[in-house]
Amino acid sequence: MSLHVVSEAPPHGGDLVRRHRLSTRLWHWTNASVLVIMLGSGLMIFNAHPRLYWGNYGANPDPAWLEIGATADAGVLTVAGQQIKTTGVLGKWTDSGGVVRNRAFPGWATIPSTYNLALARRWHLTFAWLFAGALLIYALRSLWNGHMRRDLLPTREELRPRHIWGDIKHHATLNFPPGFAALRYNILQKFAYLSVLVILLPGMVLTGLTMSPAATALMPWLIDVFGGRQSARSLHFIFMALLFGFFIVHMIMVLLAGPFNEVRSMITGRFRLPKEKGQ
Amino acid sequence: MSKRLTRRSLLTLAAPAVLIGCDRLGATPSFKQLVLGAGEWLGTRIGPFVVGDALAPEFAEAEMSPDFRVNGNTMPNDPAYAALMRNGFADWSLPIGGLVTTPAQYALAELKALPQRTQITLHNCVEGWSAIGKWTGVPLSEILRTAGLQPNAKFVVFRCADDFNGTPYYESIDLRSAMHPQTILAHTMNDAPLPVGHGAPVRLRVERKLGYKHAKFIMGVEVVASLDGVGRGKGGFWEDVGDYDWYAGI
Repeated sequence: MSLHVVSEAPPHGGDLVRRHRLSTRLWHWTNASVLVIMLGSGLMIFNAHPRLYWGNYGANPDPAWLEIGATADAGVLTVAGQQIKTTGVLGKWTDSGGVVRNRAFPGWATIPSTYNLALARRWHLTFAWLFAGALLIYALRSLWNGHMRRDLLPTREELRPRHIWGDIKHHATLNFPPGFAALRYNILQKFAYLSVLVILLPGMVLTGLTMSPAATALMPWLIDVFGGRQSARSLHFIFMALLFGFFIVHMIMVLLAGPFNEVRSMITGRFRLPKEKGQ
Repeated sequence: MSKRLTRRSLLTLAAPAVLIGCDRLGATPSFKQLVLGAGEWLGTRIGPFVVGDALAPEFAEAEMSPDFRVNGNTMPNDPAYAALMRNGFADWSLPIGGLVTTPAQYALAELKALPQRTQITLHNCVEGWSAIGKWTGVPLSEILRTAGLQPNAKFVVFRCADDFNGTPYYESIDLRSAMHPQTILAHTMNDAPLPVGHGAPVRLRVERKLGYKHAKFIMGVEVVASLDGVGRGKGGFWEDVGDYDWYAGI
């Protein structure tokens, strides 16, 4: 949110104001498209070994905490010993040619849509450079231009439990703040954006690197930080699921807040302040 | 068809639009080479530069996999291999040839009489699973130094006894990886002679690379200047057949 108020009077409801900086907008759309490719190709890579473990080693003879498999007539997701039938979506599904496949994630969700580990790795490990590079540049830019401190880091006042609780209650009413206040992120938004920016996105890069035997030769501490090579793979998967969850909530909030105005502000940087009551 | 556009039908329309696009791009040779090859191109250049000769992490005995799964070919089809196996590989010997000043040949007992290295390391399969095992063998650098490298030597090629549909397995690594202290020709696994399923009598351990680089059932070591004459030119069986990465550090 870049707001450079030159006039003495603060902007009010109905005004078209500058909201998102160019660096934020560029990164947002780069990141959004790269993440689609990372998700699709990542799910295909997961299909090569649809089991997750904790610790350093983990292979077919070892117990998995999550597994997507198939019986003769059903797709089965097993999480911590609990079996869930997922026929049609996970484990056993019908491809576009009408052929029943015993694979974890279905073809409509993976890049490429057919089983091809080498090609999925090419997509994933090429766009990983773009993902990590863009994230690094954006993070440095946000620290440098004050975006992080001014817009994202919570103030001491905002961190008081009473304030957080008040914000949760206000959030539940789905009433969005009008006028000038619409330009500030509330504490729940700050938590959401910060956890994505500071934990999930860098976490994806670091857990990804922990799976690389060349990277862990250079940075063996990565293995200790994430509790093992297979733990890093599990966390990579969990972070992916959390990012996907963020994406869903993000979409809902944009729809509720006014999709035209919100999307415009992320493309052109211009945002029309919601009108205040009685205006 | 129902007129109502359900969320599910929207998804099944929107998802394929992106994915069909990606499928088409992935099947376009120029896009695949220029764009999707960029990751490997960068990794192959930046990787060795930043990682240097750093050692892969090593582990304690207590951290080893209770059951190290076998993978790939577990028993070569070659009758000559079967004959060697019946005799406990007493008649097996390993030729070191190509761009070396002194070609050599080592029997299994002779390999074991050379300086040895034991390491407990993490095996990373390209599929995503991993296992920790203990390996003992001769550092490849020991053998290459003894043989003496010719000035144009650039790659080390491994010829194997196993095959996929009649094509014998082969792999190759760069000279720097070959001279790395943890790169060994392993004849012992978890304190016992290397089992056939894991590549007896000798397999490569090249710890900072993915599993398929660790050639099993090694029948010959050859130093070359270029990978053009090796298989279809990409330096390894899976690289040639499946388009997997050659450097394979990620």
